[in-house]
Amino acid sequence: MAERSFKAEVEHLRKGAGSTFTGEGILAITKALLENGVGYVGGYQGAPISHLMDVLADAEELLGELGVRYEANASEAAAAAMLAASVHYPIRGAVTFKGSVGVNVASDALANLASSGVTGGALVIVGEDYGEGSSIMQERSYAFAMKSQFWLLDPRPNLPSIVKSVGDGFALSEASNTPVMLMVRIRSCHVTGSFECRGNLHPPLTVRDALSNPQRDFNRVVLPPMSYQHEQDKIENRWPAAEKYILDNGLNERFGPKQGKAGLICLGGMYNSVIRALQRLGLADLSGNTEVPLYVMNVAYPLVQSDLLDFCEGKDAVLMVEEGQPEFIEQQLGAMLFKAGSQTKLEGKGIFPKAGEYTGQVMMDGLDDFFRKYAAHLLPGQVRAPNAPAPEIPDLSQTVPIRPPGFCTGCPERPIFASMKLVEQELGKHQISADIGCHLFAALPPFEIGGQTMGYGLGPASNAAFDGGGKKRAISILGDGGFWHNGLSSSIGNMVFNKSDSVAIIVDNYYSAATGGQDIPSSRAKNASKSTNNPITKALEGAGVKWIRQIDRTYDVTRMRATIREALTTDYDGPKVIVASSECMLNRQRREKPQRNKAIKDGARMEIPRFGVDEDVCTGDHACIRLSGCPSLSLKKLDDPLRDDPVAHIDQSCVGCGNCGEVADAAILCPSFYEARVVHNPSGLERWAAGLRSRVILWLQTRRAARRLTFDGTASGRIAQ
Amino acid sequence: MTIELPLAARPAEPGQQSVIKLAVLAVGGQGGGVLTNWIEALARSQGYSAQATSVAGVAQRTGATIYYIEMAPGSVAQPVFSLAPAPGDVDVMIAAEMMEAGRAILRGFVTPDRTTLIASIHRALAVSEKMVPGDGIANADEVRAAAETAARKLVMADMDSAAVRAGSVISASLFGALAGSGALPFPRSAFEKAIRASGKGVEASLRAFAAGFDLAEQGERPEAAPAMEAPAEPQGPGKTLRAWNALAARVSQLPAAVQEMAVPGLRKVADFQDTAYGAEYLDRLQGVLDRDSADLGYELSREAAKYIANAMVYDDVIRVADLKTRSSRFGRIESQMGSQDKLMTLTDYLHPRAEEIAGLLPARLGARVESSPKWMARLDRLFNKGRRIRTDSLRGFLMLYLLGGLRGWRRRSLRHAQEQAHLDQWLDAALGHLPQCYGMAIEVIRCRRLIKGYSDTHARGHSKFDKVMQGARMVATREDGPQWVARLREAALQDETGAALDGALKTIRSFAA
Repeated sequence: MAERSFKAEVEHLRKGAGSTFTGEGILAITKALLENGVGYVGGYQGAPISHLMDVLADAEELLGELGVRYEANASEAAAAAMLAASVHYPIRGAVTFKGSVGVNVASDALANLASSGVTGGALVIVGEDYGEGSSIMQERSYAFAMKSQFWLLDPRPNLPSIVKSVGDGFALSEASNTPVMLMVRIRSCHVTGSFECRGNLHPPLTVRDALSNPQRDFNRVVLPPMSYQHEQDKIENRWPAAEKYILDNGLNERFGPKQGKAGLICLGGMYNSVIRALQRLGLADLSGNTEVPLYVMNVAYPLVQSDLLDFCEGKDAVLMVEEGQPEFIEQQLGAMLFKAGSQTKLEGKGIFPKAGEYTGQVMMDGLDDFFRKYAAHLLPGQVRAPNAPAPEIPDLSQTVPIRPPGFCTGCPERPIFASMKLVEQELGKHQISADIGCHLFAALPPFEIGGQTMGYGLGPASNAAFDGGGKKRAISILGDGGFWHNGLSSSIGNMVFNKSDSVAIIVDNYYSAATGGQDIPSSRAKNASKSTNNPITKALEGAGVKWIRQIDRTYDVTRMRATIREALTTDYDGPKVIVASSECMLNRQRREKPQRNKAIKDGARMEIPRFGVDEDVCTGDHACIRLSGCPSLSLKKLDDPLRDDPVAHIDQSCVGCGNCGEVADAAILCPSFYEARVVHNPSGLERWAAGLRSRVILWLQTRRAARRLTFDGTASGRIAQ
Repeated sequence: MTIELPLAARPAEPGQQSVIKLAVLAVGGQGGGVLTNWIEALARSQGYSAQATSVAGVAQRTGATIYYIEMAPGSVAQPVFSLAPAPGDVDVMIAAEMMEAGRAILRGFVTPDRTTLIASIHRALAVSEKMVPGDGIANADEVRAAAETAARKLVMADMDSAAVRAGSVISASLFGALAGSGALPFPRSAFEKAIRASGKGVEASLRAFAAGFDLAEQGERPEAAPAMEAPAEPQGPGKTLRAWNALAARVSQLPAAVQEMAVPGLRKVADFQDTAYGAEYLDRLQGVLDRDSADLGYELSREAAKYIANAMVYDDVIRVADLKTRSSRFGRIESQMGSQDKLMTLTDYLHPRAEEIAGLLPARLGARVESSPKWMARLDRLFNKGRRIRTDSLRGFLMLYLLGGLRGWRRRSLRHAQEQAHLDQWLDAALGHLPQCYGMAIEVIRCRRLIKGYSDTHARGHSKFDKVMQGARMVATREDGPQWVARLREAALQDETGAALDGALKTIRSFAA
């Protein structure tokens, strides 16, 4: 069950011709796939296209009706490999994953696919995770298009343009026998808007039909000598065909006047930012009508030389608006202009910063510089010489704390890292390699565990150099998502084969949690169309791991710590793998809360746990927070002139996971923590017994209070009656 | 450093000015997405074109998140909207938390020429604020001051409490505040229609919306100044009350500045043990006062009144058991958990060690046991174990109740002897600086703040205290000695391991050697 359900939105995917679709970019892409007769879809989740996978999963019924096969692929490589169906068969296929890590993982399959070439349209929808809010290393997917020579679309970020590019992508792919990558940037995926629908199309040839009539063309196999021919084919046939299609169908767009001494060339995805900067400089209106010649590359690769040279013709200068680095397009364009002997000056990086996102400010500053240099007369006077001095605003950079993402309230991974921190306090620091997933948040305070991440499922593999062991053993982390993605072979298989004397901890939270809670083979949920409940431990045994410890409740910090300690100190010198399993709390709450509320309403007995801190017992040293970091465990300033430091406090959002109490116990922190369970709809007998107990307790309390000084003025507390 | 504001670009044509740019800065999990959907639906329902974007993904896991909406009147043909806010170019900034408001200002999204800032002043503390052993909470007043300068219009109130009181979440009260701020050209009814159309938890959302709307229109009503609650009259048996009254009379003779701390101090000490202990407290305080002077405002005695009380009220097993079995505690938990009309179970997480048991023994025997590793190991085997005590059950309650009843025994215990010795040593050290260095005496008194926590944390507190005292001796004769002690104390409260403290000590050694 994914974090977000699109069941309601999926109904919009049924809309027919003439109706208007309003919603998120991701949904628009899905709708466009159906309108273009796609035969099979798949992919691997990851921001910013996780929702695309979720939409497809929620739309399985509709896909089935249309005869479209949906596959939740095991990895991006598997997804790209699936496009093989379009090599020999005239079937349109689309897969999706995030860039640039997705293209990294998929590159082997993508390279083979590009070499073979395709018959049916093959579309790779890449969510480019670049810029603010990104969770990965900052690179560009562009390089993969260049090296394998498939085409890259980067449409303007509005729904009609994105929807159109899906159709363009399929058609371009078929016209040039080349796979096409459609890039949507992080914000475009979630941008909202409207577009006019067309009816959904059944694929002319379904994958089921194709199976009945197998095809093969030896010329498409990537083996010498065909692979040499493929390279020639790319250059001699496919590229020109692509250029022709792009020109004939006007995939790239021009705006503004034909004449003009200074022009802009931007990628489709940058168009709105460019227009906004022009608007702010007084050079465009709200509808995008501009006084500046503008060439918009909705096709980022290949560049159509004739068209570009034509745009640059007669201009003093053009500015290439290309975010990120290296500046692949600027380099190609520079070579084109130089070889053509053009006098047009090419600007780009230099005016723009070499690295980093082109934010609104960067864009405006860049365009401003460019126009001041080459067309100052265009700029309104107010822009050229603003007369209002910028007001001074107090600096808050030392005040505002950073707020990176972290573990959610009740996260079952927190006690794993608290345990590791406690073990470190006993046995000293260890070499720890992290992996991709929520568990990577352990690298941040308060845990500060794990020094590197080399890729999804590669945690243990990245400790391979230390496999020989030593005075201390290396520890690596692997998530359940990473385990099934790549970890079983690349990390676990590697450990077994090399007789690794190190420790791997597999964080099993029942989902691919960081990407939005999608099911994976070891998920505990029942999934109608997928095989779940395949235990990780069985896979480990099958791979040859002998030392396996399964922990079914990660919140048991004492046991967790003992198990990690054992793994680090045992005489056994082969690979030691701990599987730490507890359900992702975000998903668990989403699943259980409505059921629980309904049960209480229906009169069923229900205990709801929550933790608390006795504020008069807490001394305000915050050791508990340094071993937890739970959002619901916060601080409170007491109204007591004798107390200097705020005390720990647990707020309403506590889900009663028990981590703070367990940590306080295991680390022998303090006796401040308590668990209160509110009992809804108790039985009559229970009420009676509780009443009796509380009367005795109250009698004892009153008795003691009567013999001493009391200051709180109350003697009438009760607990359960 | 000041924030450099962007070029004051105000284009001439009206098209650009009719766009409304609205950003929401929230902490992941606050419902920023819901708020965004409402705003977008509202704009569309009023004939505007609207576009919203957000960055989902891991940033939502408790991190700072940003949502962005642009809208323009329907008369504008196919507007081109931006997908991200730009500094100096935001009309309405909604910050769902105080420091997020600060972040919005810091990033230049709030400017005096255009921005309406709607901010909730409640705090969701960042991990970096919480994990500090001392008080690491960021200064909200600085953010407020900056907001007053930076915003064209400012709406600031505790939107979180307003929403919680209405049984809803902050997105609804912020939406109400947006309506109440008048920043959008839409009537209130249109806002409410957007909530109704969303169809989830409508009634609660509408209540929170109304609360937010009122807060924006009328501002936060100053809470009926909590009538300086006269502390409840102590109660107890006649003899004890008479003894208390005598103590109270003594306190009332103290200088006013000292009384402010001595009154709660005396209560704390008498509550911890008895009136005789209270008398000891006042004796100790008198000892300081005798050497203090009115010219200096009795600052030393005031600080001593605070920290002597804290030192005398140490956290032993008896105190914890006593506090955990009081009826007032049960009442407090019930009201916090909202379980008044339901049943509630209560489990306390306790983990005694040999040290705590030895501390309960008679001083001399306890000391012998504590110095014998064999005995300590034996005690550990017997007692050192995590215990979950069901304090709502008779068995669990009685156990703690009996422990809490050992107050009469306390003064004979090893722990008491240790605490008294330490207290005397500390007080002597502080007063040793008199009369030459009044400032040093005060700072040394204040160092008592470092001793807190239980078990290992307590031990670490002690070791930091010792280090600071050592540093204090090194700078005892310097004119800036007191400042250095204060600096050492602050450093000791900065991190767990004492790295900052060691650094500060190193600096001192470099010039004091």
